[in-house]
Amino acid sequence: MVLEWLGLAESAALLSLSAPGWGMNLLRGLANSLQIAFGAFGMGLMIGLFGAYGKLYGGPILRDLLAIYTTVIRAVPELVLILILYYVGTDLINKVAQMLGYGRVEISGVVAGIWVLGIVQGAYATEVLRGAIQAVPPGQIEAARAYGMPAFLTMRRVTIPAMMSFATPGLANLWLIATKDTALLAVVGFNELTLETKQAASSTRAYFTFFLAAGGLYLMVTLCSGAVFARIEKWARRGQPSLREGGS
Amino acid sequence: MSGLKSLMQPHRILLMALFGAFVLWCALSLRWDWIPKYAPLALEGLWTTIWILVVTTVLGFLLAIPLGLAQAIGPWYLSAPARLFCTVIRGTPLLLQIWLLYYGLGSLFPQFPWIRSSELWPYLRQAWPYAVLALTLSYAGYEGEVMRGAFSGVAKGQLEAAKSFGMPRFTMFRRIWLPQAIRNVLPTLGGETILQLKATPLVATITVVEIYAVSSRVRSDTFIVYEPLLLLAAAYMVIAGLIALAFKRFENQVPERR
Repeated sequence: MVLEWLGLAESAALLSLSAPGWGMNLLRGLANSLQIAFGAFGMGLMIGLFGAYGKLYGGPILRDLLAIYTTVIRAVPELVLILILYYVGTDLINKVAQMLGYGRVEISGVVAGIWVLGIVQGAYATEVLRGAIQAVPPGQIEAARAYGMPAFLTMRRVTIPAMMSFATPGLANLWLIATKDTALLAVVGFNELTLETKQAASSTRAYFTFFLAAGGLYLMVTLCSGAVFARIEKWARRGQPSLREGGS
Repeated sequence: MSGLKSLMQPHRILLMALFGAFVLWCALSLRWDWIPKYAPLALEGLWTTIWILVVTTVLGFLLAIPLGLAQAIGPWYLSAPARLFCTVIRGTPLLLQIWLLYYGLGSLFPQFPWIRSSELWPYLRQAWPYAVLALTLSYAGYEGEVMRGAFSGVAKGQLEAAKSFGMPRFTMFRRIWLPQAIRNVLPTLGGETILQLKATPLVATITVVEIYAVSSRVRSDTFIVYEPLLLLAAAYMVIAGLIALAFKRFENQVPERR
């Protein structure tokens, strides 16, 4: 009993927020992770929205190109994509910088992470949003067109609000994937939660303490976002009959 | 539809020609002289990737059946731990799980003399048992959730019919419930298997030499960046395509009577 208490006290000291403890490092890593996840999710949503519109209403070439984009991204491991996009991104930026007469540019980890994960998220978001837009009863969009509403206004006022309830479950999943995919950036050396944890663990050799603590942090993020997305879904469905009754 | 298709041909041909040109450009102007030297290692890595994928999906699926069953019909003392397991596995990154098992257990085991002297020790000192364990648990966690839905999705009438025949419970499970549940989720399982394939490169971070690790080695040995990565991406796409084809074949074997 005393020993167990002592063991826990040691872990608590290791995790404490002040200097000898590593708690602050973990929290900093978590903040980095969340920042990248937010950015990537947002960028994925933008790509996904345009991608979905392109796939539904675009010309044949655009549609084929988007099909290639979504297929390739979904068939190749994220880790490989991260490496490819990371090198391509830094090379491109350096080429552009050289052409404009600047020297080599150092790219911040957060920006690179958002760029890389955003492109990956975009492929998944394209599919989610395409399905959601298709699930909107066509009569609603036709009605908007019949009023002479411009395309962009139709999208903002009719399509997006009407598809929200269909898209939220898929988007919630995507957000969870985004938070978990930030861990992959540890392999490329960004100081997000998983890498901070590993550094803390290997310098104190208290592997279980730190990895379990990081797992707890990730789980907390997951559970909280689950609750938030349940709220959003409820809000998106306001005024709709329950889906079970509504579906034909 | 066929008229539309023939209309769409020219631009498709153009795209294909562009793709062919790209491949040709890759073949001619990029460096491929490293291939002969690393080909044996790459084949070994490919084999490692494939066996890890097969072993972990099979074991994980076997583990997912009781997990799904416990969540679907189990009493609370079985369903609550199963649900907790699935939540934890699905709520934390796989990389973290792999590192927890490898570094955590790997630093714990040597402290016990009886483990060090046991027969298993030579295996426990290598990395692959931890890789297999982590990937199996992860697949089981995701599949447990899928199988929960699958088990509760089987039509009640089927089970009642089996019961009214006086079929023993286990036979009923083996002959009626499980096959129908698996049939219903075959497309999902195909997608999850491709996801599992995409998770395998993570084990390279704990020194298992699979195909991703081979490409990293080429990169660090020769400083050639894009060529091994492109080849690697192509290899994964081929494997993913093969998995998709295999599952399509499974799905076609399922008699459809709806």
